[in-house]
Amino acid sequence: MLARRTTTSVPRAVRTTTPVDDLLAARTQMAVSLGFHIVFAEIGIALPLMMVVAEWRGRRSNDPELLALARRWARGTAILFAVGAVSGTVLSFELGLLWPRFMEFAGPLIGLPFSLEGFAFFTEAIFLGVYLYGWDRVSPRMHIAAGVVVALSGAASAVFVVMVNAWMNGPVGYELAADGTLIGVDPIAAMGSPTAFAQIVHQLLAAYAATGLAVAGIHALLMLRGAKAAFHRHALSTALLIGAPAAVLLPVSGDLNARVVARTQPVKLAAMEGQWETERGAPLRIGGWPDESTETTRWALEIPNALSLLAFHDPQATVRGLKEFPRDERPPVAIVHFAFQVMVGLGTIAALVSLWAGWVAWRRRDLTGNRRLLQALALVTPFGFIATEAGWVVTEVGRQPWVVQGLLRTSDAVTPMPGLVVPMLLFTVLYIGLGAVVVVLIAAMVRETRDATRMAGTAEHRAVSASAQ
Amino acid sequence: MDAASLPLVHAMVIAIALNAYVLTGGADFGGGVWDLLASGPRREQQRETVAKAIGPIWEANHVWLILVVVVLFTAFPPAFAAISIVLHVPLTLLLLGIVLRGAAFVFRSYGSPADAAQRRWGRVFAIASVVTPVFLGICVGAIVSGAVGERLALVRSGAAGFAAVYVRPWLAPFPLAVGALTLALFAFLAAVYLTLEAKDAEVREDFRRRALAAAAVAAVTALLGVVAGRWGAPRLQAALLSSAGGILLLLAAALALATAAWCLWTRRWALARVAAAALVSLVLWGWVYAQNPMLVPPALDVHQAASPPATLRLLLWALIGGAVILAPSLLYLYRLFSPTAPRR
Ligand code: HDD
Ligand code: HEM
Ligand code: HEM
Repeated sequence: MLARRTTTSVPRAVRTTTPVDDLLAARTQMAVSLGFHIVFAEIGIALPLMMVVAEWRGRRSNDPELLALARRWARGTAILFAVGAVSGTVLSFELGLLWPRFMEFAGPLIGLPFSLEGFAFFTEAIFLGVYLYGWDRVSPRMHIAAGVVVALSGAASAVFVVMVNAWMNGPVGYELAADGTLIGVDPIAAMGSPTAFAQIVHQLLAAYAATGLAVAGIHALLMLRGAKAAFHRHALSTALLIGAPAAVLLPVSGDLNARVVARTQPVKLAAMEGQWETERGAPLRIGGWPDESTETTRWALEIPNALSLLAFHDPQATVRGLKEFPRDERPPVAIVHFAFQVMVGLGTIAALVSLWAGWVAWRRRDLTGNRRLLQALALVTPFGFIATEAGWVVTEVGRQPWVVQGLLRTSDAVTPMPGLVVPMLLFTVLYIGLGAVVVVLIAAMVRETRDATRMAGTAEHRAVSASAQ
Repeated sequence: MDAASLPLVHAMVIAIALNAYVLTGGADFGGGVWDLLASGPRREQQRETVAKAIGPIWEANHVWLILVVVVLFTAFPPAFAAISIVLHVPLTLLLLGIVLRGAAFVFRSYGSPADAAQRRWGRVFAIASVVTPVFLGICVGAIVSGAVGERLALVRSGAAGFAAVYVRPWLAPFPLAVGALTLALFAFLAAVYLTLEAKDAEVREDFRRRALAAAAVAAVTALLGVVAGRWGAPRLQAALLSSAGGILLLLAAALALATAAWCLWTRRWALARVAAAALVSLVLWGWVYAQNPMLVPPALDVHQAASPPATLRLLLWALIGGAVILAPSLLYLYRLFSPTAPRR
């Protein structure tokens, strides 16, 4: 806004700062930062739990393989947690750097859960230090307890921060003054947005499913490549113990999310489903491409009445279509619809594979002999994380043009500083670089495990635990 | 508690959290400075001492900064917005430093043990540790100087160029001097702590010499700050030099510096640590004292910027509850990893 005055002499073609460009850059930067952070956050919720379960089983059965596994996962956690912590720090500043007007407007209401989250971070970081560096300093029982605290505070962080997001989707706990500011502020009520429960349950399940299936998939792949050790059997079973039930529950929980969205954000539901007309007994559209110029969704497979049934549990219910809303209150339809299809599609496959694994485990108690199952597990390795990204795109892009549904537009929330493309590119490059390094380091750890598990039993254990120090 | 004093309480909470951050997280950055400046025959032992000392605790120490940010935006949203708008550029650079420091540290600790990789991440860790405190100090200097508050009207009217609003408030002698002082104080603090962490007497002597040098640099940068502040932050200087409280704080800081130097000279390590921590805290409280009750001088004071009492009251309860969990946990962490703690 400010620079435009000083750049009026610059030819139009090379001018970089228009408000639209700045807004787009800010939105992109936020999306990149959150899309990066959420991967580490989900791992930070689920991996500590897996690590504690492995250690607990190992100590109970006095099994050195399981203890070695716990140590390996702890090393991975150390790297991933640190990247999660620094990217989270970036986010807390970015709320102000990119959306100062949003924070000025909503800070009094949503600050409380953020502050509670701050204390969850403290306990998480403190007891992770105890866990990672305390193998030979604390008793086994204290060690496991420290791991449990890490796992619990990771989940608590997610609960608090998703409360904030839920408030953005369904703001409550205030009255609106004549000048548009919030009065009668009630932060406790604001923590109980109508979308909070569904979102929190869904996000927690997503973290366990995404991480559990990814770890299971990696070990399945190693076994397909010939590593046969008991180590991988333990890894696979522990990861699936956490990931598979969550993956099976996700579609059930997602159904609740969809019904809440239908009630609280009808235009988001219409965008998710590519529903243009308001109709009774609306069909469910699978695939297809919503076209905003003709206001139709083409090439979709339509299942009659299924949308009304799913969204309202009544095959004849009326679903409101996009055309009922002014154009400047509709989100970008194609992105939302596509992202929703990706989440549901991948989620369905992941749930089916998890059911299969559960059935095999129940029938024969050994997953590792079944090559086809291992192949399927290897295939779904990234599905949980892709579905997570897609799900957040549905939530966030589906809320546009609002940053707080119905109250504050994204374009009114953005910082007045021009030139936002520069920080956006900076953080994008930084995160691509960091992501690449993390992948290389984790891949090296996996290779090390593979090589170690090709050796004979006892030597292998020694190598693993020595390198885990 | 009555509604009128709540904002002041929260401002104090922010100051206390900042104090905790500089004493813990600040020293972790200072450790990185000594990694960069490691030299002599015991260079690798110096680096190892630094890495061992900060490894288990830096992530917990770092959370103090996050607490500062969340309490600021919950209790004083307009102040958070104002600072974030005008100081966008240095805050972004601060964040880059924070990200690179933390990431490089774990990459070095848990990544490939090959020499080249270790050196590469060690370099990034060390350089980011030097740059980050400078930008932290610059941001503080820009706020204290009044430059941030003075730009708010310009932001609203949109009637000024980019540099006038987004660069000049912080790229000025006074904020730069505060940046240099911050770096020197963090490095000083770290060197003093490291004399207690060092296992080996020669390494301890290395850090003793470094601590004394850092104390001298800190004194020089403080003088630079005073000179730059005559023009750059006249309000701050007036507030400090024209009241008995301000003069008392300055004298106490000078005394703490002298005590720390004397303790180092005579090798009283534990006492030196107390004096060094006191010095850094006194500098911080001098700033708080001089700026009180302004948050973003001269535009916003704690009352103008405060959230409604309902929010402040709940936040206070959350802080008390959090402190009850936090204090024993932190003590446990530090005891467990103190250099004298027993191993099993
Ligand atoms: C492992 C990841 C994962 C999987 C397999 C699924 N989801 Fe999901 N979904 C998420 C991960 C996720 C998420 C990333 O965690 C979101 C974003 C916001 C939230 O609370 O959860 C989400 C949001 C989200 C929303 C939007 C909520 C809102 O905007 O308030 C709906 C309607 C669904 N999901 C529905 C489903 C359905 C019907 C699924 C059936 C298979 C499904 N999800 C699988
Ligand atoms: C605007 C949104 C967000 C902000 C401001 C934010 C902020 C932060 C901060 C400051 C940290 C660092 C804590 C530390 O130093 O230990 C962090 C870590 C974490 N965040 Fe976020 N976060 C956001 C979104 C999310 C979401 C959506 C989740 C949900 C799953 C989440 C879960 C976590 C977890 C589990 C950690 C622990 C670190 C780790 O395990 O890697 N955060 N976040
Ligand atoms: C729970 C914590 C979260 C909070 C508080 C939060 C907050 C915000 C805010 C303030 C914006 C900018 C305003 C807007 O565009 O509406 C935004 C945009 C966005 N966020 Fe989130 N977010 C959260 C989680 C996530 C996660 C985990 C993702 C992961 C992919 C994500 C993806 C996005 C995207 C894609 C946008 C840009 C939307 C657009 O402008 O089209 N968000 N978010």
